[in-house]
Amino acid sequence: MLIKQISVFVENKYGKLVQITDILAQNNINILAISIADTTDFGILRLIVNDPQKAEKVLRDAQVTVKCTDVICISVPDVPGALHKALKVITEAGISIEYVYGFFGKAKKRDHIVLRVDQPDKAIAELKANDIEVLTCEDVYC
Amino acid sequence: MGLAWDYKHEFMSRDELHALQSERLVKLVDRVYRNVPYYRAKMQEKGLLPGDIKSIDDLDKLPFTTKQDLRETYPFGLFAVSMEDVVRTHASSGTTGKQTVVGYTYNDIQLWAELMARCLTMAGATKKSTIQVAYGYGLFTGGLGVHYGAERIGANTVPASSGNTLRQITMLKDFGATHLCCTPSYALYIAECLEEQGIDVKDLPLQAGIFGAEPWTEQMRKEIEARLDIKAYDIYGLSEIIGPGVAMECECQKGMHIMEDHFVPEIINPDTGEVLPGNTQGELVFTTLTKEAFPLIRYRTRDISVLHYEQCGCGRTSVRMEKPCGRSDDMLIIRGVNVFPSQIESVLLEMSNTAPHYLLVVDRINNLDTLEILVEMDEKMFSDEVKNVEKYGEMIRNRIESVLGLNAKITLVEPKTIQRSEGKAKRVIDKRKLS
Repeated sequence: MLIKQISVFVENKYGKLVQITDILAQNNINILAISIADTTDFGILRLIVNDPQKAEKVLRDAQVTVKCTDVICISVPDVPGALHKALKVITEAGISIEYVYGFFGKAKKRDHIVLRVDQPDKAIAELKANDIEVLTCEDVYC
Repeated sequence: MGLAWDYKHEFMSRDELHALQSERLVKLVDRVYRNVPYYRAKMQEKGLLPGDIKSIDDLDKLPFTTKQDLRETYPFGLFAVSMEDVVRTHASSGTTGKQTVVGYTYNDIQLWAELMARCLTMAGATKKSTIQVAYGYGLFTGGLGVHYGAERIGANTVPASSGNTLRQITMLKDFGATHLCCTPSYALYIAECLEEQGIDVKDLPLQAGIFGAEPWTEQMRKEIEARLDIKAYDIYGLSEIIGPGVAMECECQKGMHIMEDHFVPEIINPDTGEVLPGNTQGELVFTTLTKEAFPLIRYRTRDISVLHYEQCGCGRTSVRMEKPCGRSDDMLIIRGVNVFPSQIESVLLEMSNTAPHYLLVVDRINNLDTLEILVEMDEKMFSDEVKNVEKYGEMIRNRIESVLGLNAKITLVEPKTIQRSEGKAKRVIDKRKLS
């Protein structure tokens, strides 16, 4: 019930980000979601793409520091309080959230939320128990 | 008192040694003045005549010899004998510019064998031992230097040379080496291969290793000792002086005994040339007292070390040198602290187990020296979480602080962004010198 996220180490410098998007574009990889955590010196670019395995390979071949991580992806309706409901479930179960970002899932035509938590298995069980849809790879990559 | 090869010279009193060194120095100076025009010119420049050197106490009157002098006299300009008396030539790789060429007479080769015999005996080798010499044979002095010493003590000498690790392992097993001689990094590689092959080191007769020819740390020594189940000895040498056998650790392993009856060491301030007392860090300088073909007077090794004159627990009277901690040509002084790129390299090596790529950037901001260390991000240490990546930088910072006593800014950079160069890598940008 986890999906693959590609994380990339990028120096916080002029022209660095475009080098990464260039590699992905040239290899015909579609970016579904993007989020950047930035510090003064560097950033971590997090991507959900249509072909994570290929993305990891082409980036590594280009000598980019890359890592593939399992993250939770949920689907929520586009109404006020939908995200809040999901986060409340997780928090009340005593689970910490490392980061979160959202994107529009075109297959489901619903909002998708990517979650990185410290106890993923427990989080998935809690979300499901509260009727929140947890997505699989097939639901997301297309 | 442990085993020794040459009791007379290794245990002679300091007074006897002083007399022997003085006698030999006077003869040496006379010989080079007569036979080597380059030395004669350098002495004349200082207004010195051979008669001005009456004992070893006059050593500091003599001019230094540097790597630059060797380059200017390439290849044979500093040889002090006729070429027909030279029986061997070795050369060092010379990462910058010309190779360093050194020559040996028959007597020099005999002396070298004697000194290596002392070294090997210090590591417990006897005529009953089998010594696998896995230093490279050839122009490099390591292989042949150790080889002649091993034969001199009557050990079964296996001239394995370096490389072909699987064959090294077969020989270790089948020929039953008790002593292994190679570089410390190669020893670790052999240990890894033994583990991969599922060979238990306890089944091998290996007792000790004699490792040198490159910088290594105490931590590496512990690792080699644990993984090969042996005692690891440090040996020091450089081709200019003779090759391996200039200094060697005894069983006390508290610094390396310098073969002082043949090589006189001094420690100097690398900036001023001033001779420093014992227990003080500085650049190591050697004078070869007895070498015939290629004698060197006050040769600046560029190695930074400390000399200890207190008598060693083993009973040997010779001075001991510490493992060199760096080279004076790349020493930096940052906020009054001596910093060697090799120290930073060993911290990074410890943390990632791979050859680190790094660059030191030194600057002066508001009259305060700053040190920034650019380190290429290692995929093994990379994480999707900022706090983990920051933790990696913090770990490096803390280690550097505890090793150097210096606060450095660690900047993680993308792989392959630090420039690679053939041979000696550019490790330092000192912006202070530009202004």
